[in-house]
Amino acid sequence: MKILVAVKRVVDYNVKVRPKSDGTGVDLNNVKMAINPFCEIAVEEAVRLKEKGVATEIVVVSVGDKGSQEQIRTALALGADRGILVETDAELQPLAIAKLLKAVVEKEQPGLVILGKQSIDGDNNQTGQMLAALTGYAQGTFASEVLVDGDKLNVTREVDGGLQTLTLKLPAIITTDLRLNEPRYASLPNIMKAKKKPLDTLTPADLGVDPAPRVKTLKVEPPAERQAGIKVKTVDELVEKLKNEAKVI
Amino acid sequence: MSILVVAEHDNAAIKGATLNTIAAAQKIGGDITVLVAGQNCSGAAQAAAKIAGVSKVLAADNAAYAHQLAENISQLVAELGKGYQYVLAPATTNGKNFMPRVAALLDVAQISEIIDVVSADTFKRPIYAGNVIATVQSSDPIKVITVRATGFDPVAAEGGNAAVEAVGSAHDAGISSFVKEELAKSDRPELTAARVVVSGGRGMQNGDNFKLLYALADKLGAAVGASRAAVDAGYAPNDMQVGQTGKIVAPELYIAVGISGAIQHLAGMKDSKVIVAINKDPDAPIFQVADYGLVADLFEAVPELEKAV
Repeated sequence: MKILVAVKRVVDYNVKVRPKSDGTGVDLNNVKMAINPFCEIAVEEAVRLKEKGVATEIVVVSVGDKGSQEQIRTALALGADRGILVETDAELQPLAIAKLLKAVVEKEQPGLVILGKQSIDGDNNQTGQMLAALTGYAQGTFASEVLVDGDKLNVTREVDGGLQTLTLKLPAIITTDLRLNEPRYASLPNIMKAKKKPLDTLTPADLGVDPAPRVKTLKVEPPAERQAGIKVKTVDELVEKLKNEAKVI
Repeated sequence: MSILVVAEHDNAAIKGATLNTIAAAQKIGGDITVLVAGQNCSGAAQAAAKIAGVSKVLAADNAAYAHQLAENISQLVAELGKGYQYVLAPATTNGKNFMPRVAALLDVAQISEIIDVVSADTFKRPIYAGNVIATVQSSDPIKVITVRATGFDPVAAEGGNAAVEAVGSAHDAGISSFVKEELAKSDRPELTAARVVVSGGRGMQNGDNFKLLYALADKLGAAVGASRAAVDAGYAPNDMQVGQTGKIVAPELYIAVGISGAIQHLAGMKDSKVIVAINKDPDAPIFQVADYGLVADLFEAVPELEKAV
């Protein structure tokens, strides 16, 4: 079975981002970029399925500017076999990305597509579900366990009340949650090998998709700051404050 | 303006986040219809009809909707949604699961987790784990929106008298099926609806020590939460996680015990009215957002607090 994994280039999760002072966007100058953590978990899951003999080939795809090649190479170093970059400098929103990925799915005909549940920049949590709608495939979102069983897949999902298990008909779409696996580190030999793995570049025009955004960002601003309060010295003082000052107990 | 709100429910009753979502719909302004899709869901439909401000309830009672499978629900909501200018659902794991699918079927964008309505087409939503608030404007003819419950005060669950109309449409995509559910059973209030939340972090050292928090929570009538670090370490199950990728809570009182205060965690609780932090590290970032900080060994302070309240 072929697995398609989608990865996104985002600001590294250790970077504290700030809105620009004029409110037109987030300051991304000279900021460290990385593969979105949930996408990294998606790559790891595909590699594990290949190691178990379930997957035969892992194709990693990213939609974005030329810089996204770097994240595709990271995924190749982790064990993916080849890469596809859908290159565009346009502002990309989930529906457009889902349409581009649908076109790649039609070309590649994977048995399973794995994506991160959300990217840590836009926090949209949409692309996997939209891709599932456009392809007509079943979806297993927020996955914490994935078991392929012939032409079916059992997925355990992290839901508000606990865990839910579904059976999906393949091909299907999976989106990863935090506890699906712990991604490995790429070894130096694998990083070197990844540089020689094939990486094709396509454009939205090649795929017949218009990626124009539907939602306009009017401004961005920092959230309301919360002021630090006071330090209390004892539990008794805390209880007194909660009762008489804050009046919450 | 016509607004369709997809209710979150357990067939018998309406879940609280639905009331916050209806509040967001009222802020947009217009005629509000609530869809209750499920199996044997007349109890939930009757409850929806009583919610203040609801003008009509659509009840889709069919085996295909029993477990809220996204493949089936999304087809129903997309079909009905064509007749409305807005489709809203709570940004719960269930809403997050099926709503983007609805948006794609309607070929419109989804606006995720709004925390405010600026005007009929403009909304505020957090990005970058809540470090940035974006004001976004939609040009789509149907606006598909998920609502972060903590951004809107709930409408009253009683006071309305809407008509309930049955919807016959049965959409069974036949590509997914429910196997099982392992839901946490607890007599404590639901985390996202509790007036008081007591949360533990890595400082709890192991899952057994969470007993201290349960005892305190039971004294306060509180729900118990956990940081991602505590969940990842196996001290607490995933459904207890408070944070950007877990549950977003905004109780009257939030007591953070042994939680350092990673950005990820703060994103899930910093809208709480009063925050208490108990941590032995005086430099822990949690103290920067706490109204009352107590630098102490939690293993002494928590039992003492339990006795004192």
